[in-house]
Amino acid sequence: MSEHIVPVKTYIGIFVALLCFTALTTGIAYVDLGAFNTVAALAIAVVKMLLVVLFFMHVKYSGGLTKVFIFAGVLFFAILVTLTLADELTRNWSPTPTGWGTLVLLARFF
Amino acid sequence: MADMAVHNAHPPGFAHQFEDMEQQREAGSLGMWVFLLTEMMFFGGLFATYIVYRALYLPSFEIGSHLLEVKFGALNTAVLIGSSLTMALAIHSAQIGKRGAPVGFLIATMILGATFLFIKFTFEWRHDYIEHLVPGFGFVIRPEWGAPGAHVPMFFCFYFFMTGLHALHMIIGIGILAVLTVMAHRRRFTPDYYSPLEVSGLYWHFVDIIWIFLFPLLYLIGGRYPGGGH
Repeated sequence: MSEHIVPVKTYIGIFVALLCFTALTTGIAYVDLGAFNTVAALAIAVVKMLLVVLFFMHVKYSGGLTKVFIFAGVLFFAILVTLTLADELTRNWSPTPTGWGTLVLLARFF
Repeated sequence: MADMAVHNAHPPGFAHQFEDMEQQREAGSLGMWVFLLTEMMFFGGLFATYIVYRALYLPSFEIGSHLLEVKFGALNTAVLIGSSLTMALAIHSAQIGKRGAPVGFLIATMILGATFLFIKFTFEWRHDYIEHLVPGFGFVIRPEWGAPGAHVPMFFCFYFFMTGLHALHMIIGIGILAVLTVMAHRRRFTPDYYSPLEVSGLYWHFVDIIWIFLFPLLYLIGGRYPGGGH
């Protein structure tokens, strides 16, 4: 947060860009793009996030320390999602025993 | 007496442990960012579980998503973006030392925040309750959903927890804005000292970013075209 003062024109420009991206992401949802629908929606959301973080939150004009901290936060969120998915999506799903089934299975060992 | 002279030379709002105003501003902003990163991990847990369950029950999530009204979601996105603009302008007006200007922008931000909550509660949540779409409060699984219908309540659990946690942050944000409005009215902010505005602005924009992700994830899953889903 340096003394840098962002001109009002920049704020208005970012605001208009964010509105356009909102219209775009809503419009794209009505077009059949297959799996790319999700990719497009997330890509637009990331661009919108960057606009807000860099200009509204003044990170573009902040010191390196703030940027490193934010990067560390994003990195840890990426680790959270990646490792969770690495487990969930590579499991060999076995049928879940229901009711007393688990106990019956355990009883067989005795 | 020399001490007194130094003390009087301080700009208002300057804390002694800092070298200068610049360092104080950066420390305040960095501290707020650390808090926001913990918030990111707080919401991150919900986002991560959302991703897992969406992967497991995509057809159910698509049915649930199509029961939400895109127009209210998109309108609320625009309202929140507008509130972020007025928040940024409030800080800008304090930076350039415009007299009394932050008050107007802060009130505008509060009104837009309240508009968001009004649309969310009256047009969406109340409607969902009437349609029996609130898990735990008489949720009705409709026969036309077929087999994936069993996991539609799962989608609505995510919907209400994520939008609910977001709404809670909005309510807290409006409270913070009310305090700032009083401070601005008492002329507490100068071009040298406006840290409370700056860090509260960071919080408000962060809450906006959460919604920027919630809107496509909850309202636009798998497309909205006829026979949506992939």
